[in-house]
Amino acid sequence: MTDRIVGLLQEIRPESDFAASRDFLGDGLLDSFDMIALVAALDAVFRVSIEGVDIVPQNFQNLDAIAALLRKYRVAL
Amino acid sequence: MQTNVLEYFEGGALAGQRRRTAVVDGERSYSFDEIGRFAKNCAALILERSTDINRPIAVFLPKSAAAIVADLGVLYSGNCYANLDIKSPVERLKATLGNLGAGIIVTAAPHADALRALGVPERTLLFVDAAMTSTPCYDDDLLLERLTRLIDTDPLCIIHTSGSTGIPKGVVLSHRGTIDFMDWAFARLNLDGTEIIGSLSPFYFDIYTLELYLCLAKGATLVIIPEQHAAFPVKLLEYVAAQAVNFVFWVPTIMVNIATQGLLSRFALTSLRKVFFAGEVFPTKYLNQWRKFLPHALFVNLYGPIEITVDCTYFVVDREMADDDKLPIGFPCRNSDVLILDDENRPVAGGESGELCVRGSSLALGYWNDPERTARAFVQNPLNPHYPEPIYRTGDIVYRNPHGEIMIVGRRDFQIKHLGYRIDLGEIEHAALQVAAIENACVVYDHANKIIALFFESEREPPVAETRRRLAEFLPKYMLPTAFHRVAQMPRNPNGKIDRQLLAERVAAANARTP
Repeated sequence: MTDRIVGLLQEIRPESDFAASRDFLGDGLLDSFDMIALVAALDAVFRVSIEGVDIVPQNFQNLDAIAALLRKYRVAL
Repeated sequence: MQTNVLEYFEGGALAGQRRRTAVVDGERSYSFDEIGRFAKNCAALILERSTDINRPIAVFLPKSAAAIVADLGVLYSGNCYANLDIKSPVERLKATLGNLGAGIIVTAAPHADALRALGVPERTLLFVDAAMTSTPCYDDDLLLERLTRLIDTDPLCIIHTSGSTGIPKGVVLSHRGTIDFMDWAFARLNLDGTEIIGSLSPFYFDIYTLELYLCLAKGATLVIIPEQHAAFPVKLLEYVAAQAVNFVFWVPTIMVNIATQGLLSRFALTSLRKVFFAGEVFPTKYLNQWRKFLPHALFVNLYGPIEITVDCTYFVVDREMADDDKLPIGFPCRNSDVLILDDENRPVAGGESGELCVRGSSLALGYWNDPERTARAFVQNPLNPHYPEPIYRTGDIVYRNPHGEIMIVGRRDFQIKHLGYRIDLGEIEHAALQVAAIENACVVYDHANKIIALFFESEREPPVAETRRRLAEFLPKYMLPTAFHRVAQMPRNPNGKIDRQLLAERVAAANARTP
């Protein structure tokens, strides 16, 4: 299921290799505009509504962090 | 009479507030005394290379205290700065530097390789770090004496803005225009130096002009908001609160984002006293949420293309507005005059709409090295056949509402004729925002296939039928979009505005494939 997350990330930033990074933000893979897109895409695809307070760096650090965030919203991964 | 912007600094912060904090950059803060010394060191280094005046000097640095030192160093050397976007794509940067023809580029070691890769000769690079030492290497009297050679119509800076041809246009701002705007802003918007500015815009954007000269003239503090916080509204607001920021001048996009994420209720932004915004339309329903949580703050909508030096009209939000009211751009700033002209260059009658044109000292000097585009945008005032008087044609279509406030309708270039009707796409966008599920809307027109395409962001995919039904509550049938595209995020220009051209290309390409 992390494939779906990678797919979304790839749609936003096709040129980046998300599977290879452990730190999307530190490695410069996501900027502020990408973050807005990513949250919108996660909300839409996984039918959740991620709250503003959860939109913090540690929840978007890497694939595991995003997966953990989605689990918090009871998305079965 | 003031002839250059450095007189703000010499007679302002450097005269009375030397020890105050001028700039906060990460963990480090800099006093006005330090910024002044570093800037003058930088000027001395520039003068070792060249004693010309009024030449462009590029600054290739990330948003930092060092960039401010570089800009002021360039000014103290009697030249004009051009802040470049270090993230600019290679070809765009090459075109910009080629057009600018700067003999000196102020940069720092980590960014020099990017310039070298473009073939920039080593001798043009000047490293700002050498200036940022406490030992002065300049002669103050000599520097200030040189500045007396400047007159107020000399260039202050060059700000690049995207051109339809892909080569950025370098808008040349003058000392006069900047002083004209700043003096108005100080007086009318009660800027007195108590501001702690939460600076979010890039330094190659014109909002920085107001931020910088407010600091220099009045002793306000410029807090550089770390770039990574822009991605996370929670972090951004935490930082704003921690730094006791009381003044922001932001683009609406980020403010809308904060409102839609419901963060206004979670942060007591009690220190915020002045909230200015510019650059795009702020949908009133989100502005109202900000006003609700910050009832004592001063909200000001500023409007103006960079060609008239930062902004030329303003609207102090001083009355209740309904969520579906459009926000006015208000009234002209003092010493700027706006003309609303029809297609035949006549002033429009009453509340008719026409192109907003500006005259006054605030007009930029033109586009650097581009007489043709300068001549197209800066034209003779058609109402004055008697002597040369340039006006700037903004391309924005406006009208005056019954309050006498100027209202923006849309762009001259986004006005279309569809089924024989004259339509402003901005009106469709405004209507789309009234649909509950839609967070952000952009309408482009495919002239070839007569398709009005609505691009929008929304949490979930609203049924097209329902969207059409809601839109039809606001729009006559001939204005309804004929194609609906939900996007995860609007493509944006580097300055955060929706990239309409890209959307238009998408529509055209999609329809080209369909027989």
